[in-house]
Amino acid sequence: MKNGWEAVIGMEIHVQLSTNTKIFCACPTSFGETPNSNTCPVCLGLPGALPVLNWRAVELGAKAALALGLKINPVSVFARKNYFYPDLPKGYQISQYDKPFSSDGILTIMTAERDEQGRAKEWKPMQIRIIRLHLEEDAGKNVHEGLPEVDKYSYIDLNRAGTPLAEIVTAPDFRSSWQAYDYVNHVRRVLQWVGASDADMEKGNLRCEANVSVRKIGETGFRPKVELKNLNSVRFMQRAIEYEINRQIETYESGGQIKQETRLWDEKAGCTRVMRSKEEAHDYRYFPEPDLPPLIVSEEWIEQIKSEMPELPDDMRDRFMKEYGLSFADASLLVSEKSLAEFYEQTTKLSGNPRMTANFILSEMLRELNEASITAAESLLKPENLAELIKLREEEKINNNQAKEVLVEMFKTGKTASQVIKEKGYEQISDTSLIEKLIDEVIEKNPSQVEAYRQGNQKLFGFLVGQVMKASQGKANPKIVNELLKKKL
Amino acid sequence: MSEIRVEVERAIENAERLNGILNAFLTIDREYALRRVEKLEGADSHGKLHGIPIAVKDNICTSWTQTTCASRILSGYRPQYDATAVERLNKAGAVVIGKTNMDEFAMGSSNENSAFGLVKNPWDIERVPGGSSGGSAAAVAAGIVRVALGSDTGGSVRQPAAFCGVVGIKPTYGRVSRYGLVAFGSSLDQIGVLGKKVRDVAQVLEVISGRDEKDATSADVRVPEYLKLLDRDIKGVKIGVPRLLFSGGLDSEVKSAVEKAIEGFASLGTEIVEIDLPLLKYGIAVYYIIATAEASSNLARYDGVRYGFRAEGVNELRQMYYKTREEGFGEEVKRRIMLGTYVLSSGYYDAYYAKAQKVRTLLKRDFQAAFDKCDCIVMPTSPTTAFRIGEKTDDPLSMYLSDIYTVTANLVGIPAISIPCGVSKESLPIGLQILGKYWAEDLLLNLSNVYETAFPLDAKPKVHVQK
Ligand SMILES: [Zn+2]
Repeated sequence: MKNGWEAVIGMEIHVQLSTNTKIFCACPTSFGETPNSNTCPVCLGLPGALPVLNWRAVELGAKAALALGLKINPVSVFARKNYFYPDLPKGYQISQYDKPFSSDGILTIMTAERDEQGRAKEWKPMQIRIIRLHLEEDAGKNVHEGLPEVDKYSYIDLNRAGTPLAEIVTAPDFRSSWQAYDYVNHVRRVLQWVGASDADMEKGNLRCEANVSVRKIGETGFRPKVELKNLNSVRFMQRAIEYEINRQIETYESGGQIKQETRLWDEKAGCTRVMRSKEEAHDYRYFPEPDLPPLIVSEEWIEQIKSEMPELPDDMRDRFMKEYGLSFADASLLVSEKSLAEFYEQTTKLSGNPRMTANFILSEMLRELNEASITAAESLLKPENLAELIKLREEEKINNNQAKEVLVEMFKTGKTASQVIKEKGYEQISDTSLIEKLIDEVIEKNPSQVEAYRQGNQKLFGFLVGQVMKASQGKANPKIVNELLKKKL
Repeated sequence: MSEIRVEVERAIENAERLNGILNAFLTIDREYALRRVEKLEGADSHGKLHGIPIAVKDNICTSWTQTTCASRILSGYRPQYDATAVERLNKAGAVVIGKTNMDEFAMGSSNENSAFGLVKNPWDIERVPGGSSGGSAAAVAAGIVRVALGSDTGGSVRQPAAFCGVVGIKPTYGRVSRYGLVAFGSSLDQIGVLGKKVRDVAQVLEVISGRDEKDATSADVRVPEYLKLLDRDIKGVKIGVPRLLFSGGLDSEVKSAVEKAIEGFASLGTEIVEIDLPLLKYGIAVYYIIATAEASSNLARYDGVRYGFRAEGVNELRQMYYKTREEGFGEEVKRRIMLGTYVLSSGYYDAYYAKAQKVRTLLKRDFQAAFDKCDCIVMPTSPTTAFRIGEKTDDPLSMYLSDIYTVTANLVGIPAISIPCGVSKESLPIGLQILGKYWAEDLLLNLSNVYETAFPLDAKPKVHVQK
């Protein structure tokens, strides 16, 4: 950042909660259905229809809130946010306003600035204040493409209307675009982790907005902020924030002023453009939703949800480092996805070798998973089978290269380690009498080389080991071959 | 011909014939009603309302025929579903013969705000039937149906009941499901029942009451068998009479009729106690803030996008909204939308809406304190008898003030009933209102029934069906 300036960034994230049905009616939330087929009088906003809260949305909202370090409020109130738009059937959105479902969170994330190539410099923990997470319904969609006479008509698909959302709002605690980037990734991962949301930006079930302003270092107040929208991926978001920070600094430095406004990120052009000014901003006329009683949750219910929560990724990472002696980098990689972390832990418990387990998973298995684009949970390779392989390797029944090949085969076929080893003929020969027999044969067949070695040509030892290995079709345990050959010579 | 067919056909004929005079119905669906009769004739078991013809206010959704709320914006609109109350009526064997006229979106006290013409009072066709359930009240008063459904947001069942000399009850908020009742003021709206006789009202209320999964504000409170409790002895029941209430704009004839009715109750062995309701005078102000605020939001969905009326000749979204709502809504509805939008606007919210909610809470406390001293409270239903058509249309404020005795029951959420307690010199009926504790509809019906038996209303409206 330009000398003397700092950025002030606050984030708003909307995530779709993974319920099967909508938040205020029984319509399915399934994606990609025929337009307007997932609708009923309630989500169509027909006269006389009334909302009834889907309790599953509250449970998932609670899990999301707890995963982000928020406090769940015993009483929260739904409110109507009033505005006109064709994709908003009732003319208001049921949301929460002055009494949100959860508030006052402190979240620790890991963040790092990046070098020119986008590589992380140094990961450091950072505390973010999360102001609130509240529950609300999504709107429908206006469709402007692929339909007859789109120049004359707009089309509306209300399948998405009424889908449950959690809106997560932070304090303006971020000072760089990469911090915001790491924050959004953190939120995505923990929400997937606790099963609250698929948090897939491409499917639109995680959307974010950034409030960006800049100020001179040392200033304590805030300058006018700009709300950034149309941030369709985490990377776009980071670029948009970066652009906006620089635009604002340059504006101030050239004697200009920044107005409070909403701007859209144009990824193609690589810049932000004005969408609406503060003067055009809506007056949403929030008031308590009279159709829904206050949302009351008991202390026991919150405890129940807490007891159903899985260990969170950062806690798991720290524990892996402590319990299994893994490095920060390795442990972080292992907890990048929940089923991978669970796979690691199960395998380690069976193999008793946390180090070697981590190595196999982070090198061979992770590569295979990425290539196949699947998660550890979906893989044919099972923890007990990997553990078996690790044990066989530990006992030197196979060598390292063979083990890697076996793993790949197990990953592809779901076979056990011993099955694959047998098929590939990789059983190592450790039987000393058998190896001795092979050594005797090699000595007999290569009298001149043996003689030369005995005269002091050390290089020929390797040649002789090679001959023994060859005779065993590579199956002889090289360590034993070494020892016995030395003795015999 | 079966007995029920005779009765339903007679009701339909009377409805059709008298509609030329009264305009009480917006829809009379003979074909549907006769289909229902056929089904009922073949039925093995009889519900509690087997074959009883009934009229339903046109802001309660019926899937077989249009539900217009007497608004141009919903003209011809046919719902996809039946309101829960209608579903329960049908299940009990009732036959809905038609949908009744009303003030547009239930906003009004005279039924002059209907987009489809005003309703006339059967007692004097120069006068209004009251509102907003004016069509239901007129249909019952004229003897077309014994019972009708109405809705009551600030007196819309009780005031027309009083003006038309019939019984009308607004149940406790949450007693009857609002699912399918087109919303006006969601925290105030309740479906109510109008009838000639308390017994009929009790029967219908029993059928439509009770928890509904589709309405989160409907209460899980046991519904008593009202019919069985109608004839209980009312000796010793404490009836509260608010001091200082009988002043201001109260018509002297209404005043004396209500005082006589109180004496009548005393003669039946009840105990009359004086009570104080110091905040009652703020009711109108609080009501017109909360009701319009909620209405401004509830009516936002009528935007011409998905259903109902859409203005012609516009090619831009904002213009479509403006023109559709400009042409689709009547004056009173637009006035209330603007009022409600104003009181919720940023900068005004605290001074109006938030303050009104605080006074509402205080009003509830007022009533709680009063109910420590008595079992129910009586007062007039309306300060006057039915006024002349056109008399108040240019003065919305004086029209609003005619709701002065009725709005508090909605703000507090308690049940209230209006029963006839005499007629004026001009032969216009006068209504007595009884307000009860939460869920005490049984006592209100009991008191009303005992009173009705002891002091029956002899007079009859001029426009009435011949038996
Ligand atoms: Zn739905």
